[in-house]
Amino acid sequence: MSTTTTAASAELAVQARQAVAKSQGYWAGVWKRLRRDPVAIACACVLLAMLFVILAAPWIVPHDPYQGSMMRRLRPMGTPNYPLGTDELGRDMLTRLIYGGRLSWFMGIVPVALAFLAGTTLGVLAGFAGGRLNMLIMRVTDVFYAFPSVLLAVAISGALGAGIMNAILALTLVFVPPIIRVAESVTTGVRNLDFVDAARASGASAFTIVRVHVLGNVLGPIFVYSTSLISVCMILASGLSFLGLGTRPPEPEWGLMLNTLRTAIYVQPWVAVLPGVCIFVTSICFNLVSDGLRQAMDVKG
Amino acid sequence: MFFYLLRRLLYAVPIALAVGFVCFMLVQIAPGDPINAIVPPDAPQDVVEQVRKDYGLDKPLPVQFGIWLWKVVQGDLGRSLATGRPVWSDLHSAIGNTLMLAAAASMLGFVLGCILGGLAGTFRGSLLDRAAVTVAVAGVSVPHYWLGMVLVVIFSVQLNWLPAMGAGPGGSSDWVWNWEHIQHLVLPAVTLSVIPMGIVTRTVRGIVAEIMNQEFVTALRGKGLTSWNIFLHVVKNAAPNALAVIGLQLGYLMGGSILVETVFSWPGTGLLLNSAIFQRDLPVLQGTILVLAMFFVGLNLVVDLIQTTLDPRIKRA
Repeated sequence: MSTTTTAASAELAVQARQAVAKSQGYWAGVWKRLRRDPVAIACACVLLAMLFVILAAPWIVPHDPYQGSMMRRLRPMGTPNYPLGTDELGRDMLTRLIYGGRLSWFMGIVPVALAFLAGTTLGVLAGFAGGRLNMLIMRVTDVFYAFPSVLLAVAISGALGAGIMNAILALTLVFVPPIIRVAESVTTGVRNLDFVDAARASGASAFTIVRVHVLGNVLGPIFVYSTSLISVCMILASGLSFLGLGTRPPEPEWGLMLNTLRTAIYVQPWVAVLPGVCIFVTSICFNLVSDGLRQAMDVKG
Repeated sequence: MFFYLLRRLLYAVPIALAVGFVCFMLVQIAPGDPINAIVPPDAPQDVVEQVRKDYGLDKPLPVQFGIWLWKVVQGDLGRSLATGRPVWSDLHSAIGNTLMLAAAASMLGFVLGCILGGLAGTFRGSLLDRAAVTVAVAGVSVPHYWLGMVLVVIFSVQLNWLPAMGAGPGGSSDWVWNWEHIQHLVLPAVTLSVIPMGIVTRTVRGIVAEIMNQEFVTALRGKGLTSWNIFLHVVKNAAPNALAVIGLQLGYLMGGSILVETVFSWPGTGLLLNSAIFQRDLPVLQGTILVLAMFFVGLNLVVDLIQTTLDPRIKRA
């Protein structure tokens, strides 16, 4: 008798554990689906490898990124000691590409991260509060939507003048409105669901409802959407530097390197386009990882 | 329909005003005194004060905005600091060139995107579909200013087929419809077209796949219609959304062509903006951005109206 009870309760415990495992299963499921997406995994590996290389830059680069020599300007790829050639001031391309990744990654990710924080805050606020506050926030958002994104970034950083901080500010302002729109629409969708009403009926404060019930349901879609902006942001940031608006020489940055090497396309064309290859590879990998995440998390849109 | 039109027009007015305000503020957020945007830095002090008074820069900000707006409505965008000419005189020929480039690029992107997206959506899951999706992702991920450089390396430097710079022989910026001018348009237009191509491919693929799954297509097939006739039905259903996407892309390209214009020295608004940024010529910067943004607002409106006219199912709310 007691043995059967123990067996039964053991089985119950196993079932309970499985149930718990299942209820935690959202992220496990996302990971399981993501693992089956070879493209996204491959791109994530490429990005991680790149991140490792640019973080370890001081220990692995063969030369000084700022030290040039007029004697060895614009050497072709495959020159001994300079596997990717040298730039217009005789600096090692490989070294500068690795160091350039630091600023390019920084300027691709930081504005999106800042815009994610600001956009989520404002969008959730607008979606949850509704009424006049929603009206105010969304109409201001509409105004920024009336500018093509490249134009807005160029306008703001053009008015503020060159510099990394100005470029980051301009790019953040470009990406806040679209994130607000996404955050507002998912929050509005969640706000009218039964469990929010239930929480309100049980006496939860607005802050608790947002923190516990709303954020948990909206952060995923907003996050996925934001990751898809990283690639755009990286291209735009390098574009600003390419126009002479972001980073200033002699700082290595992929967009700026493309700019300073522009006239060298008649001398060493394949060396001159290398920084663009880096931007392209990074941006396509971020795009594909974001696509994979979107599918794995089953976010529509 | 008339009331919808009226409401939509009325809604565009506050947006246009707000866009104007943002452009007005561009000069205000610029470091230094906004008076520097009007007088050269070496002007004597009493002239500076006189100009400050004439331009109303000693008045409160909202009043200044009103004065500025009144001038803009009358077509006065101020004078360039670098050349002393009215901003509008340089701007209107530049706008023509940019419009030409952006229209060519969106047309090219639209046609390619529709073909790729249509094929991908019809044969979903096939090798063709995967290839089209890959091209689309590459199209939206590529830094197009870099693509422009690569095309110059291949087609101008190595093969010597097409010119690398300018909009016409001898750096002329007046457009004529002959091969000497058209060959200058090829590389910039192809470069700029990859973005709308990628976006249109993605959109059309989604729309076509969705339509092909609907019951009416099965019904048409059951009725014995040929694939060509079914194709016509699919096109009719997909057209409004696809047109809306490309319409907005034209606006994005007008505003976003600055990078490509810089690569190819295309004498459009982008090149104008670029030199304005370098010379800190704020009136030119402000005027160009205002006109481009207003064009985008107008385009949004037109796209909305066309879409509603083409597709009566869209709620006129």
